[in-house]
Amino acid sequence: MSALVFSVSSPGMLTTVQDGGRWGFQGKGMPVAGAMDMQSLKLGNILVGNAQEDAALEVTILGPTLRGEGEGVVAVTGAELSFTVNGAAVPNWTVVRVGVGDVLAFGAPLTGCRAYLCASGGIDVPVVMGSRSTYTRAKVGGLEGRALKKGDTVRCGAPGALWRQCEGFACPGELRSVYDPEAPLRVIPGPQDDCFTEAGKETFYGSEYVVSNSADRMGYRLDGPVIEHVGAADIISDAIPLGAVQVPGHGQPIVMLADRQTTGGYTKIGTVCSVDIAALSQRLPGQKVRFETIDLDGAVALVRNEGKKREELLRLRARWRSVRDDGLCRSVRGGTPTKGEFLLGVDGANHRISWEEVHE
Amino acid sequence: MSDTTYPRILTAGDGCVVVEFGDTIDMAVNGRVASLAAAIRKTPFVGLRDLVPTYRSLAVYFDPETTNVEKTYARLEALSRDAGEGQAGGAKRTIVVPTLYGGEFGPDMGDVAEHTKLSEDEVIRRHTERDCYCYMLGFTPGYSYLGGMDPALEVPRLKNPREIIPAGSVAIGGKQTGIYSIASPGGWRLIGRTPMRMFDPGRDPAIILEAGMWVRFRPIGQAEFDEIEAEGAKGAYRPEILEEEVTA
Repeated sequence: MSALVFSVSSPGMLTTVQDGGRWGFQGKGMPVAGAMDMQSLKLGNILVGNAQEDAALEVTILGPTLRGEGEGVVAVTGAELSFTVNGAAVPNWTVVRVGVGDVLAFGAPLTGCRAYLCASGGIDVPVVMGSRSTYTRAKVGGLEGRALKKGDTVRCGAPGALWRQCEGFACPGELRSVYDPEAPLRVIPGPQDDCFTEAGKETFYGSEYVVSNSADRMGYRLDGPVIEHVGAADIISDAIPLGAVQVPGHGQPIVMLADRQTTGGYTKIGTVCSVDIAALSQRLPGQKVRFETIDLDGAVALVRNEGKKREELLRLRARWRSVRDDGLCRSVRGGTPTKGEFLLGVDGANHRISWEEVHE
Repeated sequence: MSDTTYPRILTAGDGCVVVEFGDTIDMAVNGRVASLAAAIRKTPFVGLRDLVPTYRSLAVYFDPETTNVEKTYARLEALSRDAGEGQAGGAKRTIVVPTLYGGEFGPDMGDVAEHTKLSEDEVIRRHTERDCYCYMLGFTPGYSYLGGMDPALEVPRLKNPREIIPAGSVAIGGKQTGIYSIASPGGWRLIGRTPMRMFDPGRDPAIILEAGMWVRFRPIGQAEFDEIEAEGAKGAYRPEILEEEVTA
């Protein structure tokens, strides 16, 4: 068995390698990058048996066509971009096995903007400053610091010992990311909300904005009513956190995202909460955006709730993989298993472990 | 905002908090930023992800899933009150930036000389004579915001910014001087170029300069430029960093 390899027949609109992000170097001017929809990346990696922040392909609107070599499992999460294997539709959030000669492709973009093609073993490109994420502006990470192009070879790492057992595993509906294009984005006021007039804040939280054509991994420029400043729109340059809503002198908001520059000199009226970064990243130019406030405690509770969903998916995966392929324990699926078998890798050697619950 | 009391703690989303020490660009305020960063690095808390020191504030990034947010705010409040102006570590660290001035790499040198009514040699002398203080990094990987340039070298920015400025370009814009760390657009006037890589993702560390260091430009000729460039391509160039004890 050899690990999965994809040869790129067509690259799609913008397909890049992304992982949990390049943390720890913002103080030296290095943007974090990483998946725009972090929860979908993590859920996808759990599905295929990877570590949650492993690298995957972030597929934008029009997906690539890839030919498989080696063996492994894949799952697509995030936007619904009509994923197919050998021409047959494969639902998102579901693990399928792929092998030599299989053709992975995407079709019509149905909902959302960014999908994650997660593959067993994770996409294996060189780690640069602690991450595999592609940051195209500085040509760092991914494949030569750029998006995929025709003729590329994309290699995956060695899969976890139990990758075969992931086949057929699916994320239940209640644990998946949901993108309601009408839902307001929740914003924590600050750090410079005191630079805006009361009327300006009312405009921001009370108006409808539209995603402009200048919307990319760096940030989303929005069009709509002008937000009024108290005085100047410029401040002494400081850090730009993920989700910061910058309002330059023209009064139109810009939400700063994964590839944002680390520092900037515009006033920031608020910060979109972590959980809603994904919701915005899945919107397309022309779609509407509204904002409402949330306090810090409320936003942290939302983040922790997403963590609980991932823990639940990990639990379900353990149960799924403990069930033997030969049907021995099929009957217990849906309940708590009483016996099972799994592979355990220790120091490079695989051990087959059988277990059974014993009643006195 | 004269009624604002510092330091103040600003919420910057659910994964970042900003400690602000003032509303001015000066070394005393920036020194407190550096002191707080050093204090946090000394005993990092669970969930800490990144520290971004800027002119007058420190951004502290954390993972909201694993961080005790309330405790972290309280701790930052206490640490920021204690953050002194003195430079962390007590030593002045200066990085020497070898620079080939004028000619092909400094196409705006003539304009700068004309604006400042100085000879080109005098521009170079004044640009290399004073060390510049690195307040912060940002904009692009490895780009430094430097202060302390000789005021006689102040020139207006270009009316039409260039679409692409090569990495290593040494430039003046208004009261500031800087080094373009990667190829990027920009409106500053180019007076020279350094063959030293301010940013090299394949090197460890990828970015040598840190906030709080000093920068000293050293004029070099074409032969030395070529030599350093060749060494840099092999990953063999070791930048010159001077350390001096500071007597307070």
